[in-house]
Amino acid sequence: MPFVSVRDLKVAFDGVQVLHGIDLDIGRGEAVGLVGESGCGKSVTWLAALGLLPGKAKVSGSVTVDGQELIGASPRRIEAVRGAKIAMIFQDPSSALNPVHRVGRQICENLRLHRGLRGDAARAEAIRLMDIVGIPSANTRFDLYPHEFSGGQCQRVLIAMALAGAPDLLIADEPTTALDATIQAQILDLLSNLRRQTGMAMVFISHDLGAVSTVCDRAAVMYAGRIIEANDISQLFAAPRHPYTRGLFDAIPYLDAGRARLSLIPGTVPDPRHLPQGCAFAPRCARAGDLCRDYQPELKEQAGTGLTACFHPIPTGSASRQEVFA
Amino acid sequence: MSALLQAKGLIQQYSTAKTFLGKTSTMRAVDGINLTVREGEILGIVGESGSGKSTLGRLLLGLESPFKGKILYRGHPMPEPRTAAWRKLRAEMQLIFQDPLSALDRRLTVSAQIGEPLEIHGLAAGSERAERVAELIAKVGLRQDQAGSYPHELSGGQRQRVVIARALASNPRFLVCDEPVSALDVSIQAQVVNLLRDLQDREGLTMVFISHDLKVVRNICDRVAVMYLGRIVEEASSDALFSDPRHPYTRALVSSVPKIGAGLHGRIILQGEPPNPAARPSGCAFHPRCRFADADCAATIPELERHDGRLAACRKLRHTLRPAA
Repeated sequence: MPFVSVRDLKVAFDGVQVLHGIDLDIGRGEAVGLVGESGCGKSVTWLAALGLLPGKAKVSGSVTVDGQELIGASPRRIEAVRGAKIAMIFQDPSSALNPVHRVGRQICENLRLHRGLRGDAARAEAIRLMDIVGIPSANTRFDLYPHEFSGGQCQRVLIAMALAGAPDLLIADEPTTALDATIQAQILDLLSNLRRQTGMAMVFISHDLGAVSTVCDRAAVMYAGRIIEANDISQLFAAPRHPYTRGLFDAIPYLDAGRARLSLIPGTVPDPRHLPQGCAFAPRCARAGDLCRDYQPELKEQAGTGLTACFHPIPTGSASRQEVFA
Repeated sequence: MSALLQAKGLIQQYSTAKTFLGKTSTMRAVDGINLTVREGEILGIVGESGSGKSTLGRLLLGLESPFKGKILYRGHPMPEPRTAAWRKLRAEMQLIFQDPLSALDRRLTVSAQIGEPLEIHGLAAGSERAERVAELIAKVGLRQDQAGSYPHELSGGQRQRVVIARALASNPRFLVCDEPVSALDVSIQAQVVNLLRDLQDREGLTMVFISHDLKVVRNICDRVAVMYLGRIVEEASSDALFSDPRHPYTRALVSSVPKIGAGLHGRIILQGEPPNPAARPSGCAFHPRCRFADADCAATIPELERHDGRLAACRKLRHTLRPAA
């Protein structure tokens, strides 16, 4: 049985549906990437699962962790899971820390809540965690405030706080987006080392496909509140089947390519209030037919190439990008 | 290609606010830069936050005057800010910002925003202005029916197009784009990058493209200068810089970009923090993070000079350090 299992998760804000039924399994120790553009629902999925959305959000469906249902569970039950079994780190590290408390104290707070450690024991453990995440001279920096740390180090502190509850699953929501290139590389390296050492599972939410491909085993691509393709990293990147996935890959410039024109996806992401009937990607898709404009394709197993929600997937073995966006 | 803009020995420093003991300290954002922007090219400036790229962009536009050094635009010195000559030059050089929503006036319609520079510089009025605005809207790929929309009704990519249209209104010859696509999604990013490129091809615009996203810089720029703590550490054509980076910092920077399918294997992961301009290391600013550094590097600041026909500022390049081991 998978460690976390999400079934038909739907979220609506003020009557506008933003998640249209997400199905996702995460096994123990597995690293899964969630890829998509802003507003596609990749963060909302996990905020909803952990009960972190504001009260006006209507959440339905099922999220089970170790067989325990989270949707509709009492706050107390969810709190026992959040932080202890599942921890989350966010995009902007400096705004996720409390600026008026010393960082050591903030890590200790987590240790007290999740492991019941207090006083010297908590301090010693917090310093050990700061060491693990690579903060130099943790002993002396324990009593500093967040503003005395750089962005990359704040992210390390947050990772230390996330590790405080010894979680089985770490959800990293765009953890490197706000960081400089060389620091990004450090944090990606840290996350994949931690995963190897602790055996925890990881969900890596990012729009940076390169970053996802370096740390994950498997990835799911989201568009307008649905998963439209899911596969192993190597297969997904070698042969994307959904036209949107393909378009996303082609839109990214490559370092080793020359000054070729970028191929692009025409149009923009649809407004969740006015989603087109049928496949949400159909208006931007060169392969779309009448069927696509009338019916929503389901996420289905394609012969040996993972899951794809498309009536006209790109045939395997086609390499030319012109074919998709002529 | 002739030089459109030349920077010579540029230094810019800021002083911090007084502490309670009445002390101020100075911080050098740009520390001795010589740079030539050639007519019709897109010059990329890359570096981490705090490396002085935005300050350099503002200096090149003449938005602030340098503490030392000078800037020549078409061979003439840049006039002092807020003089009549300076105002006249504004029409010829424009800035495109990172966050289009805060760069636009939320209470003006798209056509009013785009028409504003025409009014300010007295370039067109009445029906002529309306025509020119319609032409600009078409040029950046917006729809004519969007002319009456307000910024909040547009998507991020469309807003950035409005910012670009407004920058183009006064027929500039020189654009500084400061992280123009960083706030945009991947599929929208490609649209804006292609638009900037078309402008270079069709109108012969000269651009300085400031970004920390190396993949975009690789795609759009003809030439690239890498900055570290206020100085240029390497300068080369885009092809040469990315296929064969020479300076140890450039090599780490290029290798830090996650490659699809490559995993973390073989990447150079720099130790240490990004540099703090308020506490500049002695000698080569990069030496505390550099794996090749020795005592010599900590003592003398390396000059940007030619090694094998390539401009780089590293003492180690002289003998031992040969490209890509």
